Amino acid sequence: MSLHQFLLEPITCHAWNRDRTQIAISPNNHEVHIYQKSGNQWVKSHELKEHNGHITGIDWAPKSDRIVTCGADRNAYVWSLKDGVWKPTLVILRINRAATFVKWSPLENKFAVGSGARLISVCYFESDNDWWVSKHIKKPIRSTVLSLDWHPNNVLLAAGSCDFKCRVFSAYIKEVEEKPGPTPWGSKMPFGAVLAEFGGAGGGGWVHSVSFSSSGNRLAWVSHDSTVTVVDGTKGSTPSQLKTEFLPLLSVLFISENSVVAAGHDCCPMLFRCDDGGSLTFVSKLDLPKASITRNISAMERFRNMDKRATTEDRNTALETLHQNSITQVSIYEGDQRDCRKFCTTGIDGAMTIWDFKLKTRLNQYCY
Amino acid sequence: MAKNTLSSRFRKLDIDEFDENKFVDDHDEAVDNQGPDATEIDNLIRIGDTMTAFQLALRNPPLNTKNPAIKERALAIVLRVLTSFKSSDIEPAVKSLDRSGVDLLMKYIYRGFEKPSDNSSAILLQWHEKAFAVGGLGSIVRVLTARKTV
Repeated sequence: MSLHQFLLEPITCHAWNRDRTQIAISPNNHEVHIYQKSGNQWVKSHELKEHNGHITGIDWAPKSDRIVTCGADRNAYVWSLKDGVWKPTLVILRINRAATFVKWSPLENKFAVGSGARLISVCYFESDNDWWVSKHIKKPIRSTVLSLDWHPNNVLLAAGSCDFKCRVFSAYIKEVEEKPGPTPWGSKMPFGAVLAEFGGAGGGGWVHSVSFSSSGNRLAWVSHDSTVTVVDGTKGSTPSQLKTEFLPLLSVLFISENSVVAAGHDCCPMLFRCDDGGSLTFVSKLDLPKASITRNISAMERFRNMDKRATTEDRNTALETLHQNSITQVSIYEGDQRDCRKFCTTGIDGAMTIWDFKLKTRLNQYCY
Repeated sequence: MAKNTLSSRFRKLDIDEFDENKFVDDHDEAVDNQGPDATEIDNLIRIGDTMTAFQLALRNPPLNTKNPAIKERALAIVLRVLTSFKSSDIEPAVKSLDRSGVDLLMKYIYRGFEKPSDNSSAILLQWHEKAFAVGGLGSIVRVLTARKTV
């Protein structure tokens, strides 16, 4: 694992370019900073300043090399690199509350924005008018949309929201694509149709993050009641829920068809396994703390502690985990969703860590 | 100054009721359980079989009902069972529960914390310690986020 501390500000969100040489992050303000990898260091190469409110989501399209950002100013911008400068194009989302999340579709011809206006804006480029048009998915969302993920067929969209439910919608735009074939989630897919709805029913908390597996047959989400749930579309619609004993998880990602990585307020990524029957089990925490060396504290340190912290004990306030504060986003660094070899986490402590599965060989036994 | 300060009738209006964006939780009117059976549990406590009383008390929790009387009754029964336990028996009792049982026990423990009485706090804290060892922070988070309370 390698940790890089960018700044002390929380990293609200991040996005990688295709070959992972550049990362776009937002340090909890109105700007997006793009860092370029040079050797072992990260050097800031661009600053994208156009938003008037905090940036809440960034996504970098790997093939077309465009960045889409959304923010609390109810706007989204699509950035394209022209002559070494990133130029923004405003997208009118027509929302009256902040945008919360943005994601490019797999074919990169449209993107979806979740918002606090209780709706999802699906935006596509209309070449006649040379601008981005948005269509709304409103019903039956009853609260802020927190997270989105596209199905590999470029049409289905999973949304997790604050009304305690995770839903699968169709975001089929007839202007930009052909009619999709049937999937385990349904066969009739007009725009805005709800193909599946999970959650609620008394228990459950806000759904913080959703993720489709690489085949699109499985859907995982994490919610604020410290649970992880996976549902297999091919095996009927009973979700398999695992109640964890950890603090709520904030981000979830499929790293193979059977394994899920999630991280959150416990500052530590966790691995879960979903077997062929569809039931979910916890495998292990992926951050193995080093054994702390207790040593005798010298007199000089005692006086220093008394001066700085008004205490004479050796009380180390750092967390045992690599991240010193909650992890807000997990993303794939190397590999793809079928077979991920490395993944990346960023959090409120302003640090970005890359985790390598190869170094923990015992985990491979669980994954595959 | 005089005219517009005369009527304060508007202060009795609850403006949030008129908010069209107000979130109304869907209450599925499922079969509401009536809570555990008091007489049977009393008998078990009297003969000293606290373990069976404990298992029975945690069955049929009144989660769906909106009637506070039923919930109060169930809570009183469960608290009576919990306070009748000896400290050494708590751990095996907690170990006999599954995940949802531990979550339910945590809900009752926190409800018991709300109204502390002379002898309840100490034993409830011991119950809390043992339940926390099994359920972890997640079980406490589920008490806080539960919309169907016990």
